[in-house]
This record gives sequence, structure tokens and C-alpha cells, in this order.
Amino acid sequence: MSIVNYLLSAFSIGIIFLLGATGEIITEKVGHLNLGIPGVMSVGATGGCIALQAMYKYRDVLPGWLIVLVALLACFICAGLMGLLYCFITVSLHSNQNVTGLALTTFGVGITKYEMSKLTRIGAHEYLYALPIFRQPFSDSTNALKYCGVMTFIALFIAIAVSFVLYRTKVGLNLRAVGESAATADAVGINVTAYKYVATIIGSGIAGFGGLYYIMDYAGSQEAYLSIEALGWLSVALVIFSLWKPLVCVFGSFVFGLLYIANAYAASILGITLPMKLTPIMKLLPYVATVIILVLTSIRKRRENQPPAGLGITYFREER
Amino acid sequence: MSTNTAIELRHITKRFGSVVANNDVSLEIRKGEILSVLGENGCGKTTLMNMIAGIYYPDEGEILVDGKPVIIRSPKDAFKYKIGMVHQHFKLVDIFTAAENIVLVDTEDKHYKMNAVNAKVKEIADRYGFNLDPKKKIYEMSVSEKQTVEIIKVLYKNSDILILDEPTAVLTPQETEMLFKVLRKMREDGKSIIIITHKLHEVLEISDRVAVLRKGEHIATVDTKDATESSLTEMMVGQKVSLNINRSEPVDSVTRLKVIGLSATSKDGVKVLDDINFEAKSGEILGIAGIAGSGQRELLEAIAGLQPLESGEIDYNDPKTGDIVNLRDKTPLQIRNMGVRLSFVPEDRLGMGLVGNMNITDNMMLRSYRKGKSIFVDRERPKNLAEEIIEELQVNTPGVTTPVRRLSGGNVQKVLVGREISAAPRVLMVAYPVRGLDINSSYTIYNLLNEQKEKGVSVIFVGEDLDVLLELCDRILVINSGRITGICDGRTVTKEEVGLLMTKSEKAEKEVSDGQ
Amino acid sequence: MDNNNHKEKQPLFHITKRNEMPVWQAMSVRVIAVMAALLLCMILSFILIGINPGKMLVSMITGSFGSQRRVWKFFKDLAVLLCISLAVTPAFRMKFWNIGAEGQTLIGCLASVACIINLGGKVSEPLLVIIMLAASLAAGAIWGLIPAIFKAIWDTNETLFTLMMNYIATFIVSYYLMVWTPSGSSTLGALKYGFLPVVFHNYFLLILVVVILTVLIYVYLNYSKHGYEISVVGESRRTALYIGINVKKVIVRTMALSGALCGLAGFLIVSALDHSITTNSVGGQGFTAIMVSWLAKFNPLAMAGTSALITFLNQGASQISTDFNIDSAFPNIIVGIIIFFIIGCEFFIYYKVNFRHKGKEAK
Repeated sequence: MSIVNYLLSAFSIGIIFLLGATGEIITEKVGHLNLGIPGVMSVGATGGCIALQAMYKYRDVLPGWLIVLVALLACFICAGLMGLLYCFITVSLHSNQNVTGLALTTFGVGITKYEMSKLTRIGAHEYLYALPIFRQPFSDSTNALKYCGVMTFIALFIAIAVSFVLYRTKVGLNLRAVGESAATADAVGINVTAYKYVATIIGSGIAGFGGLYYIMDYAGSQEAYLSIEALGWLSVALVIFSLWKPLVCVFGSFVFGLLYIANAYAASILGITLPMKLTPIMKLLPYVATVIILVLTSIRKRRENQPPAGLGITYFREER
Repeated sequence: MSTNTAIELRHITKRFGSVVANNDVSLEIRKGEILSVLGENGCGKTTLMNMIAGIYYPDEGEILVDGKPVIIRSPKDAFKYKIGMVHQHFKLVDIFTAAENIVLVDTEDKHYKMNAVNAKVKEIADRYGFNLDPKKKIYEMSVSEKQTVEIIKVLYKNSDILILDEPTAVLTPQETEMLFKVLRKMREDGKSIIIITHKLHEVLEISDRVAVLRKGEHIATVDTKDATESSLTEMMVGQKVSLNINRSEPVDSVTRLKVIGLSATSKDGVKVLDDINFEAKSGEILGIAGIAGSGQRELLEAIAGLQPLESGEIDYNDPKTGDIVNLRDKTPLQIRNMGVRLSFVPEDRLGMGLVGNMNITDNMMLRSYRKGKSIFVDRERPKNLAEEIIEELQVNTPGVTTPVRRLSGGNVQKVLVGREISAAPRVLMVAYPVRGLDINSSYTIYNLLNEQKEKGVSVIFVGEDLDVLLELCDRILVINSGRITGICDGRTVTKEEVGLLMTKSEKAEKEVSDGQ
Repeated sequence: MDNNNHKEKQPLFHITKRNEMPVWQAMSVRVIAVMAALLLCMILSFILIGINPGKMLVSMITGSFGSQRRVWKFFKDLAVLLCISLAVTPAFRMKFWNIGAEGQTLIGCLASVACIINLGGKVSEPLLVIIMLAASLAAGAIWGLIPAIFKAIWDTNETLFTLMMNYIATFIVSYYLMVWTPSGSSTLGALKYGFLPVVFHNYFLLILVVVILTVLIYVYLNYSKHGYEISVVGESRRTALYIGINVKKVIVRTMALSGALCGLAGFLIVSALDHSITTNSVGGQGFTAIMVSWLAKFNPLAMAGTSALITFLNQGASQISTDFNIDSAFPNIIVGIIIFFIIGCEFFIYYKVNFRHKGKEAK
């Protein structure tokens, strides 16, 4: 049983990375390396929790689906606003993406700590009442299946949908063209600025779901918001690990999940007790794996596996 | 509307910082005509066309399409008015296929059935006789294939007005002929075509009317049937230019540089240099003629130690010791350390020869900063040199601390040539040294080259203007597709003969490929 | 063609690049941006939390300069941040986007602590400090070299690589914390060896080292042959090749230097301040340093100013959160808002927004 538990846990913690990375992939596909993703995910979680807190009084009146929907909407809007801020500075004000992204993370994590500690202070984290609703349909399960709530399916759906849009639709083709070469996209009449804004905002919104999922499904605790930043950086790593492909990301998130919690399950599965001190070593494996993938793709130089050619480059049409 | 005018430009002005690229240009393009926009490099042709295509936005003036004032803010707006442009630097997404790149332009296409798109692209290509695989990725394509994709892009969009920016620069004569056939067919369909070019014979061959630009201003538009090469040249350069470049007889010429069997292949697997053999002698100017991209750049870079070679030898005859050293597979630094005094004025002045963001003094030390044992750079001597060059070559600049990117093209070139000459070279290679320069600056450069020649330097001059090559050079080497097609005496050879050599090997190649 | 669009509006504005703006003008744009950001923060604080703006301003200033202790703390924080900012600068001048300063500094901390734990008490204190310094420099340099070598040989994306190296460093530290604390508490108490000598004041030597470093880096970048090569490589790879600079060598050498200086910062943090290590020893300053360096346009002297500004804001905002009993995350928010303004205002220094004249409409 413990092996099933392990796989399920790995799968569900992977969903956090999957959401964060899917959002980041959309952003990077239009040429923007958003290092603010950890901040965006944190703020998304905060937005969702505040909405849940606000609905606390009406929890018995409102249908479960509506509570989840409103929380998701609030999460999407808050995270999307962070994306909008990032986009305004990097696209409209032509500013450096790395610097802006890092500032966005500081800012977003700051807001999250501030707001979430306030929530916890008011009413003993009442927002956690929604835990069973989020964990539907497996909320009664006693093993790790309980983490596989509604958002799990939403996440998988989003990853598949994003992959479909990117590679099977005109909009996706346009979007990738913007990220590969903004000048080319501009020359054929694609509204580069609009694509960048919309992609970054939607990407941020999706990443925000990752933060909310962590609090309401996987962790289910009041202190969870403090760990979102670290998980956010893993999402950035996962984008590289998945070679900017959402479907590979589904697989990659599972691998990251397996590595991330390996130590905790080693004893019960292998029957051996790994020393506690190996936990950090296991936890750095996803990063090492990412570095290896990054190096291998740069050595092999297969064009399809490279980062979007325009990643990190500010586009100004009248540049001479 | 009864008007026969497709596009009208009224009083268009465009500035970049303090540089006026277009000044009060008024121009009209008729329906169903081929209009050539003619002018020297840097006369503002491309900028003007970019404003019609929505890449730039004019600072002043207005654009009328079908007699109505329109705003073209973006290429999308341009497409709305059925204007399509094929840029000189292709705007293609490398990792996309040809068809994917082409369907990008079709903003109305919401269904996105790749199979249908592939079929339609194939159909257009076949109709005009292009040879194109719609599923081929751009990064696997040759230059002319890429241009085909660009042209089909515009045809796919069904544009009424087609702008081509120097389309023939990268084509073989056969491909050019093919292209002209397509363009004539399009004219028959009532489309308007604008060709930006500086090749006079093409202007006369293909266009109905010619608009001449000079230094950002519109000089005149004339009917092609009333124009001749000389009348157009006169309008282009503004005055009848008899070049009258001095040319002295070479004195004590000895072989300084001997190139034997040089071959190289580019990253894309194209043979860029093919068994190149020649000698450059001291006290002479050796000209290199050829259509753009025939291997001139690779040849010079190979000698300078920047182009990896497959085979061949570059032998330098050291005048001090009389030793012969092989420069092949040496880095520029190794070449210098061997005591070889080789100076090189590359084609790409601000991207290679100079650093745009650095001031004149710092650019002076690019070559010499390593001198001395100190870990610090000595700025005193470069500063003096900068002041000397500014004084002697009359560089127009506020001072030695001005970043070179703020200087005009001619002044940038004076700084670069001045620096390269100051190293007292034995071999001086210059690539397109007068491109974009005004007449006065050009003559300054010619005189400098002649002075070097008289000092016994072996000068290698890559040029594009045949008249200059014929008046300046002692010998002219003609290169085509990486192969030498002839080496002639600059004093006796005629323009036609050189022109013929420039296209010769292509004809030979064509016969071979026909036979296959 | 459709005829309904002749009423189309002219674009409201369009953006062009400016000619160089005079320095004083550029500076005033930045000052105005900081002022506007502060004003916004005050208004927001007043509306959302009800803080009196006047009192907030007083808090802000007393946060850094309210007492002698706070002044020392201000200069201490400034020195550490400036040290890391100086460290990342050579790489940035080369346009090598090293965002791994956090990890390089942390690994420098780790090397120092490892020396103390293994050698503390076994060798003399001055020797220990010297070994610590050497170990930290080497550790930081190695952490910088790894991505640099891959960049030089295979052009591996350095931004993503250095980012990953940060987390690898964090988990290595957390591993050693477990090794060194057998109880499993993972909290290392203050160590008793490896103190940077105290001259005049606890923080004096630290500050002095950074002042000297600032001058050295300034001289290195602007007057040395290495610095010149870095500039050329950063400006144009093709020019560097043309004049025979070995670009790979410069990349590797410069990143080793950048990493080693981060290691130095790590050594200073351990030997002069913390005498211990946690995974949060660097506390995000490696990332803040990137902004500091960028805001100063990679000029070491200007960096003293920008790091002073960021330190002042941080400390002021902390003071506000103490004085008004607000959550300790409050400074992050304020500093975030102000940084957004400073980043954003650069736009107005380099670009011009042109509004169309109505009078030029066609007849």
C-alpha cells in the first residue's frame, strides 16, 4: 500500500509544479522569463484564501462547486494582476525581465506573508473549512488519494489544453512566433504586445492555481503559504526540464514529485531507513536533473529543444 | 474611386534621433505598375518603405491608399490595406516549417488545418514555378529558399501592393529572372510592385517607373523608357561624377601574401570558399569584385584568422626577415604575435571593427591595449592617436570621449581606417570602405589607400562599385560563389569584362545542374 | 475595401528612442520616481492600515539613523549588500546574466563554517581566518565557474543554470546542517572560532573591506586590461574575436572572479557577523544585489548609492513595521513597490513618448 501512497503523493505534489510550470511555459513561449512566478503563485494562493475566508459565514448555504469556483476566480485574478504588473514593466516600459521578475517575487512573497498572517490571526485560519470541498471526490480517503481533488483534474486539463492550443491552433502558432522572433511576428501583423500581455496574464493566473492547490489540497495547513516560494522555483526548473513542452511537463512533474518526497517514503517502501540527513540531498535532485537536461540540450543543440529564441529579449519595433 | 493611384505619400519625414532618414518625401505608386525605388546605400529607401509596411511610423506627413488618408501603425494595418513587404533581412521563425511561417500572415484563418495550408502553399509555389517543400523547417533552408517563403507569404495573403527590399542581392541570375517573371505576372493581375534596389540594369529591365532618392530626399520619378543608366546615376549621386582617382605605378612589387587552395564551408554546409589561389603584392592595390555574398567576407576573414578553413595555405612573406610563415589556423592574436603586420577594416564597422558604445579613445586601443607588461591599460597614447586621427582625417566629433555610435557613417569609417593604418601595416584589407559615405569622405579613403600603397603596403580592397575598382586598383580579382573566376589588370580591363566574370561561374554551374 | 474606417483616429502616442539624456536630468527622473513611490506607499498605508504619513516618514528615517547602533547596522547591511553587488558586476558588464549570487555567497558561507568546524581550536585563530578566506573564495569561484565553463563551451543558458545552482547550494547547506547537528535540530549555534579581528567597532573592518573592494573593482573594471576585455566581450562578441580576445577565457575568468567575490561576501557574513550558518544566511541579498547592480548601471561607485538606498528602505520599512506593529513582511512590500518605480522610470530616461499634434490632420 505504501508504494501506492508514495506514487499518489508524488503525483499530487507534482500537480503544484505542473500548474506553476504550465503557467510559466505560456509566459516563456512569448519570450518572457518571469522569475516572479514564485511570487505570483504565492499571491494566487492568498487571493483564493481570502475569497474562501470571505465565504466562511455562508459555507452551509453556498454549494461546494460555487465556493471552489469563486476561490479559483479570486486566485486567477490576483495572480493575473501580478502578471499584468510584470508585463506592464517589461513590455510597455521595456525593462529588464530578470530584475523585474526578482522584484516581483520579493513583492509577492511579502504580500502573501502579510495577508496570510493576518488571516491566521483573525480566525484560526477559517479558510481551511473548504479543505473537504477541494478534496472532492476523494475527501474521505485515508491515504494520499485524498490530495487528488478537483484541482488535480483541472491541472491536467489545463496542461493538455495548453499543449493543444500551443501546437494545434493558429493562436498557438502566433504565440510561439512572438516568443521565437517578435520582429517576425510583428511583420506579419500579429499584435505582439497583446499576445505578450494576454499570455503573461493567463500564464500567471494558471501558476496562481498551483499556490492555491498546495494550500487547499496537498498541504492543507495554515503554515503552508511559507513554502510556496520554494515550490515556485521548482516550477521554474520544471519548465527547463520539460523542454518548454506542457505534455512533457505532466511527466516531469511526476518525476519531480517522486524525487521531492522520496526520502519520506524510502523506509516504508524499501524497508530501509535512510538517514534523515539525506532528505536535502534527495530534494536537490530535481535541480540537478534540470541542470543535466539544460546542459544536454545545449550540447545536442537540437533546434526544437532550445529555449524560445526570443526569451529575455525586449522587443522595440523602432530599434535601429 | 476613379483614381489610378494605389498609394500616395505626402510630405513624409522620419527622424532617428538627430539623423533625418527621410525629409519631406512625396511619392505615388500607381495600380498595375512596377516602380523601382533607386538610391545609394543609406539614402533612406528602406526606411521609407518600412513606413508603408508599418514597421516605422512617420514623424510627419501622411499616407493615402486609394485616395484616402490612412494610418499604418503596424504591419497588421499594412496588411489590411493589402500591402505586403519582403524584407532584406528575412523575418522568419527558424524552427517553424515553411507553411507554418506562411500561414502566420493569414490573420483571418481561424481553422488552422495544417494539411490544407500545406496544399495551398504547394499550389501557389507550383503555379509560379517555385520549388519549395512546405514542410521543410526554415533552419534547414538555403537563402534563396527562404526568400521564396517570404514571397509566397505575400502571395498567400493576396496583397495588392508588394514591396521587395533588394530581392536580387541574394539570387543567382537565373533566380532573378524567375523572380522577374513572377513579378510581371503579378503586374498583369493589376498589382503594384515596388522594388528597392541599387542595381541599374535591373531597374531598366523590370520597372515601369523609377523613383530616385538621395540622402533621404525624393529627387524625381521618371518613366523607365525615358531613362538611361547615366541619367539615373546622375540623379542618384546628384552630380556627374568623373572619379579621377589617382593611381600610381606599383614600385618594387614583391609577393607579400600568397593564398593557395583555400576552401571553407559555412555552418549551414554551404561551400563559401572553393580552391582560392592568388597573390597580393607589396605596393599595389588588389581589388576584389563580385556580387554581394560571393565569399568576399569569408576570404578576408580567413586571412585575418576568423574563418575556419578546410584546406589551403596562407603564406605571408615577412619583409624584415624574408621568412615565409603560414597563417592558416592561427587566431588573430597569434598572427599578431608572429610579427605579421596585418590590418583589417571589416564590412561591419560598428559590429566588428569598432565598439559602438565605447568612445573614440577606447576604440583606438582595441588593437593595442595589450602592449606593455602593466596590468592597467594605457589611455594616454590611444588618446593622442585619437586626436591625431580626428585632426588629420577631419573627423567631425565633439571630442575623443564621444561614443562612436553617435558619429555619422563617414566619421565612423575614418576612425576605423585611421586606427588600422596607424598600426603601420604590411597588408591592409578593407571591405566596402566607402559604403554609405558621402563623396568627400570616399575620396579621403581612396587617398589613404593610395598613400599606403605608395608606402609599399599590400592593399586588398573589396568593393562593390565597379567604376571605383577600375580606377583605383592595379589588379582586380573577380570572385563568384566562393570561386575565383578571373584576375585582371585594372588598367586595361573593361567594366563589361568584369561584369561578365562576376556572373560567369553561375552559368557554368547551371549547365552542370541542367545535365543532371 | 471597406469605407467605414476613414474616421479612424491617429494613434494617441508613439514611442521613440531618446538622444542621451543629461546626467542631472536622468538623476532627477530617478529621484522623482522614488519620491512618487514613497508617496504612494504612504497613501496606501494610510488608507489600508491607517498609518499617519508624517509618523511613517519619521519611522522610516529613524530606522536607519535613529541611534548610533542603527547607524552601524545600516552601514553593516549596506556593506554586505554592496559587496555582493560588486561581485555580480564584472559578469553583468560582460552581459553574462549571473543570477546565482545567492548560491555563490551561500557556498562561501558554508566553506567558512566548514573550516571553523573542522579546524576551530586546532590551528591558531589568525591562520584559521586566512584559511576560511581562502576556502570561501575558492568555493564561490567554483560555484561561479561551473555554469561559466558550460556557457563557454556549449553556450548553455547561464541565467537558468545559475538560478538552479542557488537551490543546489541551499540543499547542500541544509545537508551539512543535519550532519553537524546530530540531534537533528538543523540549527547550528554560534561558533566560537574564526572571528574577523575587531578594530574600532564590531563592523568597522567589514565596512572597510567593502570600501576598499569598491575602489578596487572600480579600478579593475575601468582601468585594467581585464576590465577592458570584459567591456569589449560584453559589447560585441564579434569585435572581441576580431581583435583576438579569447572570449571563452574571459568568460571563465570573469565568472571565477564574480564567484570568488561572492565567496568573499560569504566569508564576511560568517566571520564578521553570524558565526554560524542557516539556509537563509544570505537572505535573498544575492537577488537584491542584481537589482542594485542593474540600477547603478554596473558602475561600482554608483552602486554604493543604490545599495544605500535599498538598505535605507529596508531598514526604514522594518522600523515602521515595529513601530506600528505590522507584520514583518511589510518591508518587502514597500521595497517591492519602490523598486518597481525605479525600474519603470528608466523607460522615461531612454524613451520619449510623442503625442500626435491634432493640427496636422489632413484636409
